[in-house]
Amino acid sequence: MKSLLKPLLAVFLLALPAAAQAGTVTIKGSDTMVILGQRWAEAFMKKHPTIKVQVTGGGSGVGLAALQNGTTDIAMSSREMKKAESDKLRARYKAPPVQRSVAKDGVTFYVHQANPVSALTNEQLMKIYVGDITTWKQVGGADAPIVAYSRENSSGTYVFVKDMVLDGEDFAPAIQTLPGTAAVVNAVSKEKNSLGYGGAAYAEGIKELKVKKGNEEIAPSADNIKSGKYPLARDLFFYLRAEPTGDLKTFIDFALSPEGQAIVTQVGYFPVK
Amino acid sequence: MEQGLTHSVAAPRLSAAARRRQLREKAVAGFITLMAFTGIAALVLIIVFVAKEALTLFTDADARHEASLSKMFLPQEGRYPFRWQPVSDTPKVSMIPLFVGTLKITLVSMLVAVPMGIFSALFVAEFAPRRLRELLKPVIELLAGIPSVVLGFFALMVLSPMVKSLFHLDRPLNGTLAGLALALAIVPVIFTVSEDALTAVPRSYREASLALGATLWETAWKVVLPAAAPGILAACVLGFGRAIGETMIVLMASGNADLVSWNLGDSARSLSATIAAEMGEVVVGSPHYSLLFFIGVELFIFTFVLNMVASTWTKKVLQRLTGSAS
Amino acid sequence: MKYTTRRAVGLGLTGLTALAAFFIVGMLALILLDVARNGARHLSWAFLTQPPSDGMMAGGIFPAIFGTAALTLLMTLAVMPVGVLTAVYLHEYAPPESRFARWVRVAVVNLAGVPSIVFGLFGLGFFILFVGGNLDRLLGYEEMHWAQPSILWASLTLAVLTLPVVIVSTEEALRAVPLEQRTASLALGATQSQTLARVVLPGALPGILTGAVLAISRGAGEVAPILFTGAAYFLPDLPTQLNSQFMHLGYHTYVMATQSPNVTEASGPLYATVLVLLALTFALNLVAVIIRTRTRRKAASAH
Repeated sequence: MKSLLKPLLAVFLLALPAAAQAGTVTIKGSDTMVILGQRWAEAFMKKHPTIKVQVTGGGSGVGLAALQNGTTDIAMSSREMKKAESDKLRARYKAPPVQRSVAKDGVTFYVHQANPVSALTNEQLMKIYVGDITTWKQVGGADAPIVAYSRENSSGTYVFVKDMVLDGEDFAPAIQTLPGTAAVVNAVSKEKNSLGYGGAAYAEGIKELKVKKGNEEIAPSADNIKSGKYPLARDLFFYLRAEPTGDLKTFIDFALSPEGQAIVTQVGYFPVK
Repeated sequence: MEQGLTHSVAAPRLSAAARRRQLREKAVAGFITLMAFTGIAALVLIIVFVAKEALTLFTDADARHEASLSKMFLPQEGRYPFRWQPVSDTPKVSMIPLFVGTLKITLVSMLVAVPMGIFSALFVAEFAPRRLRELLKPVIELLAGIPSVVLGFFALMVLSPMVKSLFHLDRPLNGTLAGLALALAIVPVIFTVSEDALTAVPRSYREASLALGATLWETAWKVVLPAAAPGILAACVLGFGRAIGETMIVLMASGNADLVSWNLGDSARSLSATIAAEMGEVVVGSPHYSLLFFIGVELFIFTFVLNMVASTWTKKVLQRLTGSAS
Repeated sequence: MKYTTRRAVGLGLTGLTALAAFFIVGMLALILLDVARNGARHLSWAFLTQPPSDGMMAGGIFPAIFGTAALTLLMTLAVMPVGVLTAVYLHEYAPPESRFARWVRVAVVNLAGVPSIVFGLFGLGFFILFVGGNLDRLLGYEEMHWAQPSILWASLTLAVLTLPVVIVSTEEALRAVPLEQRTASLALGATQSQTLARVVLPGALPGILTGAVLAISRGAGEVAPILFTGAAYFLPDLPTQLNSQFMHLGYHTYVMATQSPNVTEASGPLYATVLVLLALTFALNLVAVIIRTRTRRKAASAH
């Protein structure tokens, strides 16, 4: 049995640092952005076969912590960096972190396809989520309870909706929280009285809600989000330790190029340019 | 261990080679004993290191303010007395919704799994023909081999519409669904341990009962089952422990709303699912982070107590059976 | 009540117990059929051998299969020596009525009951932050090297989780080795360790293998303990170093089921992933069940 331990120990000691090798760009962070990062990486590596791009998720916080520790070159974040986080980076690298917004995410509310309601005001949404409105009848729909879904509090979307729609108030206790956009979309597509939110997503059986502002009903379309007309859009960020150079710059330029921004649309987000 | 191989014969004079051999034997025995220590060490390290990360809650002034014990367990001012909203301007960290959610889901699963598990164990141990028995036992045990993430997935995709229309519920994801999916995970636990307890009942019990004119069912129900009762109780307690700690099924199927409601059609948020859902994004060292570890400590203590109870009971049934049978 | 009525009532209730047993089997069949039917459609050789592309929608799941295999291999390397030797201590070396042995047993029983998510917290708190953090400090790494989620820490976490499985099945295997073989070996002048290495362990090998297989099947399917200790959603490379993260079939299932933006399109690869995971754990379990049934029968006939 002891002979089994020896090779294990040898491998253990031989393992060399993986991060920060030449010709490698490492990206870490927000789970909402992992797919986007991966698609960029895929397309980029096809064009530049000598440069390797490595993408991992874990969450915005994980990415920003890794940026500070030097284990990643780019931190993907679906929220703006908090002051405490940027202070730590500044203290360690003697320079403020660099922020690049690389895509826009339109937070979309979905209902079941068969729901006659097609637009809600920001205020109605807020009242539903804090628990003041509980039936569809109160917002012009059928006489049925609203089954509302939210995201887990670990998600950037949750924080965004809480700040922008709920004005910082807490979600009502009856609001169900699901661990991802797909889970929300899936649940909404199966239940005709449901309401949920998340990033732009596609599924049979769901309908995207428009947001009513005065008399206007604004759809979460690419144009409305780019122009800033749709009120519930947020930036998705890359954070760097310093102004990018070399391979890092090539990659970021690629992400912001028309080709890179076309990928953004494919993944379900919206271009910044 | 009762085979008594450890009594080595003492020899008066030893050659150098023999002494070396004896030394080597001692070294091997020592090494093996040391290895046996790992189990204890692991258990101790688990509680120590999970508790260590939770300790900040009591030492750090900020954390003590944000998540004091009274905030965790007593009703708070405001619209809702018990909320779990740790990401908020004023974090609300009541454990009550999580306890209620965990218990609700666990009770539903026990309500289904206990009769199912015991009945199928009775069938396999007492009634099934030998052939069928040898087929059924491994097949039911195979259910235990399904990863819980697959059960959660199955609940999400297949069971949820079925359960919703069957019980006329408002929400597709709810305590009942999570409980039923969880029952699938703990039925094999209850089945296996109960079946072992039933088979351990000596044949003479059954023979005596049948000879007195009892039917097969009466023998099984009134003689064998009571004789195996502590073992079956232990099976249920083990199943309960497993249900309390199960994570992925509940995370995917319960809807995770932090409600304080005993309505089975309502959503529920469990302790374990809360850790799994929130740990990913939490800032290391923050009060929220310590809170999640504190939930881990609670889970550890619950299951530890349940396990001790279960193993005491199992010992009791063994003592009783061997004591009165031999 | 007349005997015949009592018998009829008994038969009815017996039928009920049969119903319960077959209902469980039915649920198992339902799960298997659903996964097999929906998964088989998307399953192909390419799916098993290619990395994912197009945001997980195209390509395959090879890195997840590889990651799961590598993870369980490391776990097995770690858990088998410790688990087998612990069982050897309990069954062969511990003095009768040993208090230490009793404590070990209590610990093992309790270890088996600790929720898997708590193992995840333990892996994070102990392996990553404590052991990893101190290793980094000792080895003088400026950056995080060991103090981050990785395949090593995840596999060690799973090793602790599966320790009771290995100990329990090894002990059962040791019990099946007849005492006469031991006494014969000792009588021929072999020492205790020689008897152990050449007689007892070879005799118990099938049972020990059962333990290994059961541990692997359990370890391959657990998701909660690896959530924060090393699993990653997407990696372009296979894990080549002990501190790399890895993709994992179970974690992949969880993420695909809850995070992918296109639910309709994702269901094909998702079901196929579940099918692969299920096939893997089932095949392992089946092997274990078969070996175990055989050794049990042999043990029963030996006594």
